[in-house]
Amino acid sequence: MAADVHIWWIGADAADDGLMDAIRDRTAEAFGIQTRLYRHADRPHHAFDPRRGQHSSTAILKWLVGREQPGHRTLAITDADLFIPVLTFVYGEAQLGGRAAVVSTARLTIQQGDGQDPAQVTERIVKECVHELGHTFGLLHCDTPGCVMTRSLNLIEVDAKARTLCGPCETRYRELREKDGHHEQGTHPHPRR
Amino acid sequence: MSKERTRILVVDDEEIVRESLSGWLAKDGYTLATAHDGPTALTMLREGRWSILLVDLKMPGMDGLQVLEASKQIQPDVAVVIMTAYATVETAVEAMKSGAYDYLVKPFDPEELSLMMVKIVAQQALVRENVLLRKVLKRDFHFRDMLSKNPAMHRVFDLAKSAAKSQSTILILGESGTGKELLARAIHAESPRQASPFVAVSCAALTETLLESELFGHEKGSFTGAVARRKGRFEQAGGGTLFLDEIGDISAKLQLDLLRVLEERKVTRVGGTEPVDVDVRIIAATNRDLTKAVADGQFREDLFYRLNVIPILLPPLRERREDIPLLIEHFLEHLGVETDRQIEGVSADALAALMRHDWPGNVRELRNVLERGMVIAKDKLIQAEDLGLSGAGIRADTFDPSLTLDEVERRHITAVLQHTGGNVTQAARTLDIDRVTLYNKIRKYGLRRGDDDAFNT
Repeated sequence: MAADVHIWWIGADAADDGLMDAIRDRTAEAFGIQTRLYRHADRPHHAFDPRRGQHSSTAILKWLVGREQPGHRTLAITDADLFIPVLTFVYGEAQLGGRAAVVSTARLTIQQGDGQDPAQVTERIVKECVHELGHTFGLLHCDTPGCVMTRSLNLIEVDAKARTLCGPCETRYRELREKDGHHEQGTHPHPRR
Repeated sequence: MSKERTRILVVDDEEIVRESLSGWLAKDGYTLATAHDGPTALTMLREGRWSILLVDLKMPGMDGLQVLEASKQIQPDVAVVIMTAYATVETAVEAMKSGAYDYLVKPFDPEELSLMMVKIVAQQALVRENVLLRKVLKRDFHFRDMLSKNPAMHRVFDLAKSAAKSQSTILILGESGTGKELLARAIHAESPRQASPFVAVSCAALTETLLESELFGHEKGSFTGAVARRKGRFEQAGGGTLFLDEIGDISAKLQLDLLRVLEERKVTRVGGTEPVDVDVRIIAATNRDLTKAVADGQFREDLFYRLNVIPILLPPLRERREDIPLLIEHFLEHLGVETDRQIEGVSADALAALMRHDWPGNVRELRNVLERGMVIAKDKLIQAEDLGLSGAGIRADTFDPSLTLDEVERRHITAVLQHTGGNVTQAARTLDIDRVTLYNKIRKYGLRRGDDDAFNT
């Protein structure tokens, strides 16, 4: 069966396989969908803005849309630092109710305090991946503390939330999926909370 | 307010900025729209309500500051945030001076943008809540034009509402300026007689003969000056309500005449012979202690009982001080319209002085004091010294040899009236003259204002 979401490493360095597997498994779990790792050597070099020394997330999304495979969503993961023109940085960006999302690991791997906990870093990246994918399904930001759809503006806020949808967001997600013509119940496992 | 109802308009000539910013904020659940230039934004502002405008400073044609100024004209409560790529203090100061909520230097920190939006939404929600609460407050504390949150006053309102439905005579008791006529008008407005006239007569302002003619009317030639037949107030109020203010001050003869009218429901014009049927609801009022007047033999007991069918006692303002802030707001709003002056309120000191004052002239005195404060105030807040609550009046030790006796009298009466908050009864007592004499002097010196009710008795 074809995957609902293709997960694609588009970073400059080599992909961390452990991280990519975790993203694949946990996003599938969060939304009750099929996910698959996608590998291709193409990179959105044009999205780099030399003046800012960052990549434009908007440009990456447009580039992804041009490469999408019909019926699939694409979640791109990069080690490049992302920005949108008015903001200093973004952890990620997604098309609201669209097909493409991108998440940057650049600021999520920043060391805080003593030492780095790789599991914590993976968890942060997974949370932002679930979050951006949530937007592609049409979910908006949520005010429920702990919900993965809360907007995180710093690492403390990323760490504070779970990687799952809150009850109302989960209900909303199911409604949106129904509307979108998907009938997961019975065909996919129930999203684990 | 929910985020969907927070409408944000992004105004920027760069498409990428419009798209990215609106995309970013849309995910927070706000309703977003974009405009590529100032004129388009202003058209959108004229066509619908917007909570927040995010406007780029540098745009070809109309710049951000021009958009800011024009948008404030169209919708004064819109929060305008100026976005600029140039972090100059001058620009920021200019924007803030022109009424911008704040400014953001591009590119801005996501946290800064989010916090600013949340802050604006919360602030606007507070303003709306405030407006709503005021409306609820006014609705709950109103009885027609009367305003109070005092439990005793609410009992008065309840009693007045019930009494309004009946035909019974009502006797309103209360100190000067407590709103006896206002209550009488409210009762009339709530009564089945509301479509017919409400006629008010101040019994103390007229001599016995004049009052008799005023109340009952006269036939032509019945006395000197009666050049034509005239209907009295009883007849004028036909089908409606006759408000007899200062009923405690009428002469023994008039007391008897009035008693007859109340018993027979007929009046005979002065100089006339044929009694005329009258259909009026009587509301009488006095600031005197009628029970004592009856005991002292100054007021007929039978008339007292005729009038005292439904007695309503209006408490003095000093016994309902919690109403003072409410009344201040009410009067400032009304006086603002009358005087075309925008006053935001009273300073903390002024409020303390107003709360402390004993208000011998009650609500009317408060209104007069606020009117004075409004005229004197130099800025948008009335200060304690603008109220003239202490040391009002002329200094006794001031000697001006150029003054005529009339001028001295005029000044003294003015000062005493100011001191009593326009309370004529009290002023007459202080001056040791009767009220008719004081009314004549008020008229002589032109101290009375346009309306008949300007001074309180």
